[in-house]
Amino acid sequence: MGTSKSCKILVIPIYPADFELAVSLARSLRDIFKCDILLDNTNHINISFAYDSSRAQFNSTKIISILSDKFKNFDGKILGVISVDLFIPVLTYVFGEAQLGGKISIVSTFRLSELAYGLPENRKLTEERLLKEAVHELGHNFGLLHCEDYLCVMHPSTSVEEVDIKTATFCSKCWEKISKQIFSEFDNRHNGEQN
Amino acid sequence: MTQEFSILIVDDEFIVRDSLSKWFAQDGYKVGVAENAAQALKMMNEGPWDIIFIDIKMPGMDGLELQKRIKEIDPNATIIIITAFASVDTAVQALKEGAYDYVTKPIDPDYLSHLVKNALKQKKLVDENIKLREQVSELVMGEELVGESPQIKKVIELAKTVAPTNTTVMIRGESGTGKELVARLIHAHSPRRYFPFISVNCGAVPDTLLESELFGHEKGAFTDALYRRKGKFELADGGTIFLDEVGTISLKMQVQLLRVLETKQFTRIGGNEIITSDFRVICATNCELEQLVKEGKFREDLYYRLNVFTIFIPPLRERRTDIPLIANYYLKKYATMMHKPITEISPEAMDILIRYDWPGNVRELKNAIERAMVLAKPPAIRPQDLPIQLVQGEQPEDETLEAVEKAHILKILNRTNWNIAQSAKILGIDRVTLYNKIKKYKLKRNSVE
Repeated sequence: MGTSKSCKILVIPIYPADFELAVSLARSLRDIFKCDILLDNTNHINISFAYDSSRAQFNSTKIISILSDKFKNFDGKILGVISVDLFIPVLTYVFGEAQLGGKISIVSTFRLSELAYGLPENRKLTEERLLKEAVHELGHNFGLLHCEDYLCVMHPSTSVEEVDIKTATFCSKCWEKISKQIFSEFDNRHNGEQN
Repeated sequence: MTQEFSILIVDDEFIVRDSLSKWFAQDGYKVGVAENAAQALKMMNEGPWDIIFIDIKMPGMDGLELQKRIKEIDPNATIIIITAFASVDTAVQALKEGAYDYVTKPIDPDYLSHLVKNALKQKKLVDENIKLREQVSELVMGEELVGESPQIKKVIELAKTVAPTNTTVMIRGESGTGKELVARLIHAHSPRRYFPFISVNCGAVPDTLLESELFGHEKGAFTDALYRRKGKFELADGGTIFLDEVGTISLKMQVQLLRVLETKQFTRIGGNEIITSDFRVICATNCELEQLVKEGKFREDLYYRLNVFTIFIPPLRERRTDIPLIANYYLKKYATMMHKPITEISPEAMDILIRYDWPGNVRELKNAIERAMVLAKPPAIRPQDLPIQLVQGEQPEDETLEAVEKAHILKILNRTNWNIAQSAKILGIDRVTLYNKIKKYKLKRNSVE
């Protein structure tokens, strides 16, 4: 198996990002995906070009495109973690964005924090929400579509209340699909078990 | 999770098409994009879309005009207008003209998600409603086979016996005997009853149009083929196709028909896509198909393909006991429709109805009752309300037996187009006797009865 490649997910905190949340996220992702999770805090990415002053938000599609250029030689999945408010042009906001069946995804903690809703900060809750949204976007990277099972992490959520309802794990059908996908993309080391 | 639904996005801005299509793709919708109205109309003709998002302001044809054009193609299309804040007035105009809803850019994702779910839910209900209404109108027959005679009971029994199978049925009988009613009866008692019953009167459609009628056509297949159209075979998928007056089909069409009946596959005129349809064939004719085969006007192979299980509907004059039942059935029906308190047919009028030969069969009887209902004064239909030919058609009671016999033989010969074997069978005599009678009464073709 000398030519086989292992499943890798690179987590990139993008300034301004909460590094502690990113570290904790990386640990949890390892448990869920059974992949090598790498944390890269050495890349400084200037995201000012993605800022839309009329909306006071950052265009997530543009950030994805710069990550795509910068890490084109990386042979795993890449997850950007950021703490600014994200949007895609036609929508008022997004929690994150992913290339469906692609390599790059991004997730923001901005609207996952209770502070965004005028409530006292709850780090543990933000951590849980971030994990769910990160797993969700990575699921899209592995080709998964939204799932009707409201407890499955691939269930679509457009509000934090919906994020709180679902779990951070895949339902059995989605898990079966993603296991096959990981196996076909990386062909080794994936033991097909889910936490 | 929603792969069975499709969404078309029509917007001149790439960024809007790109963002929305990616967003919906994650939900598993089949997504199509068009950057202008012309492209959108082309895509509409290529296939149906469950939801169509239309930007109200586009160069060339704007969203409002496009909505009108789309509604011409698919009146039930669910259209959602995309607008900038400044053009809400126009969006309201679009709503008045039949748009499902409108959204202003940028769209709240939570709102968009609920809007699409609700639109699809409504679309599903509307589609289901249309289908159910079609099925109900197909199944709840406006008319039924009325009769208590052994002959009609036999017909109903045969129809119900063959109904659960997939066997091709040929229904034969004179014009107006109710061949389509029997076909509908078979369909209604078959496992296909929840699928369409498609009726095609092959004799009423010119040969050139029959091909398009049966197989459908693609846009531009011929002049005036402005849009793609499904053919009757395609529409009958899962159900039954009833080919009435099948004996009138041209030899060229017979070849095509035979191929479709054997393979259940065909292509629309002007198209390349092979369409497979699961239909059952019931056909009907009042022609002597065997004679047409002998004369080379009807293909023998098609004849055998169609003539698998034959049901013969006897003419009304051969089941006269049914005449009072049928007459009273239509009396009640028209009394309700016309709001006329006519409750019975006088014994004298009924006597005329029973004695008349009804060359137009049940259809003629039905029309006679309808006419009488218009003229009659409550509470009953009387002889003077009946069509004049019925009253005149009665034999004068002082005629000799010979005269009656001569007139009757001539009537039967004319009815069978001077087919000796068939006439002899109807008259209950052998052919030699019939020839002798023809000679005796000096009967000739075109003699007046």
